[in-house]
Amino acid sequence: MKTDNLEQVETISENSIIDIMTHSDIINPHIRVEGLNLNIGENHILKDVNLSIPSKKITCIIGPSGCGKTTLLRSFNRMHDDSPNVKITGKIFVDDENIYDEKAQVISIRKKMGLLAQRPCPLPMSILDNITYGPRIHGAWNRRKLYATAKHYLTEVGLWDEVKERLRSSPGHLSIGQQQRLCLARGLAVEPEIILGDEATSALDPISTKKIEELFVTLKKDYTIVLVTHTLRQAKRIADYIAFMYMGKLIEFGTTDQIFNHPQKQLTKDYISGYFS
Amino acid sequence: MKLLEEKIFKALMLISAFVIIAVIGYILFTIVSKGIGSLTWDMISKGPGGGFYLGKEGGVLNAIVGSFYLVIGAVVIALFLSIPVTMYINFYLTKTSFFAKTVRFSFDILFGIPSIVYGAFGFAVMIYFGLKASLFGGIVVVGMLITPIIMRSLDEVARFIPRDLIEAPLSLGATKYEMIKILLRQLMPGITTAVLLAIGRGIGDAATVLFTAGYTDNIPTSLSHPTATLPLAIFFQLGSPIEEVQNRAYASALILTIIILILSLSARYFSRKLSKNKV
Repeated sequence: MKTDNLEQVETISENSIIDIMTHSDIINPHIRVEGLNLNIGENHILKDVNLSIPSKKITCIIGPSGCGKTTLLRSFNRMHDDSPNVKITGKIFVDDENIYDEKAQVISIRKKMGLLAQRPCPLPMSILDNITYGPRIHGAWNRRKLYATAKHYLTEVGLWDEVKERLRSSPGHLSIGQQQRLCLARGLAVEPEIILGDEATSALDPISTKKIEELFVTLKKDYTIVLVTHTLRQAKRIADYIAFMYMGKLIEFGTTDQIFNHPQKQLTKDYISGYFS
Repeated sequence: MKLLEEKIFKALMLISAFVIIAVIGYILFTIVSKGIGSLTWDMISKGPGGGFYLGKEGGVLNAIVGSFYLVIGAVVIALFLSIPVTMYINFYLTKTSFFAKTVRFSFDILFGIPSIVYGAFGFAVMIYFGLKASLFGGIVVVGMLITPIIMRSLDEVARFIPRDLIEAPLSLGATKYEMIKILLRQLMPGITTAVLLAIGRGIGDAATVLFTAGYTDNIPTSLSHPTATLPLAIFFQLGSPIEEVQNRAYASALILTIIILILSLSARYFSRKLSKNKV
């Protein structure tokens, strides 16, 4: 990992230990967050976040509970649109298109990103229909092609051999780890460019977690992956880049090596060493 | 002292439970003991013959069929109104929306209105338009009676839809309409239960149909014909001085009770069976 790509541009806050780094010179950023502020009612959740997510890498967002990492992730595919009292200012560019622009189409934005939730949530339909749901709502109808699509993505997540006998049955009988891989396959079937994971392994057993983590590592050759995670060890295992957040601010961003071995900020150092969590 | 409190309270709870069971038991006992003697095959397979109300041959098939026609029509109307309303206030409006609160409040008021008021209101409207008592009038008024019932129970299940299930289709790029189609699958058991409970309520209500659906010895063949209903069949027969006819009233009550019992049991059965495919 080359650390010299990353340049500390400026420190904004004058009077506190919380400083913000921006990295405008990440080569080929897939998602670029500029001056993002998010309020829910009176609460200022995200405070002037600037961040560039590199393309086709795994970026982990870490930080203590309530620091705004999930809120940040969900703002990438405009999941806050239906929440009451949410006010968002700032810009998020995905492929150089500002997704909070008035002209931006929320459906095409979401189509670009697969979201993997904390707990798997299969739709109330058969396994096969779950996978083909995305393509079907986007206009695919040819049954043979849909079947091929389902087979392709189920194979990609390593689930095909486990479920090929019962494609028409309810996903409710699958284990929770299998359900999570089903949800990943369902997300991939929409042909996104980005995978968002919101603590996608926190409800899973260690073996399923390992499978999902391995999948992420394989998938990063084709997809940009952004994961919110609670476990530092997971970030250490699979992340290429790490963003550390605290109290709604982005404290530090860097390669995994940089964050874990040479953190620039005292807060990062304390968090990494388990001083607080 | 604390123990005494505990004992008194426990006794109170037991007594209330027994009172409820005793009341149900007594009602059933009365209906069965008085009605079973008159509950013949003719009662459920024939309409009233000449002199039926004087104790001669015939049955209440007209009322059974009429009741079903009425309640099926009413359920169709109620579903067409309550499903869109519930979907709109739950999935299009936010929880704090003033409009959603107003809609829920209105339905709460409608829920509490006694059925005789619906009957009187329906009657007033029908007179205003110069309409006679008819199956159609009965359907509309019973529909008004059960719409808030269905809407409120749907609203309860819709509120407990997990957030993840709402977001899963949306994050795949579904529109809200596509999302709602998914949610309706999940809500199916709730809808079935709501409908069957509403049927139970609508089929047993006498006050709404008294002025609006009228009464007739014939099975209606058109929406503009009046129709007989089971609650009114009971009402008219019970008012007779002839004992034979009074007993038939209890037999009709027994028929109605059995129908409602079957409906409630199937409501439970279907809601359990349909829940199996839920996630």
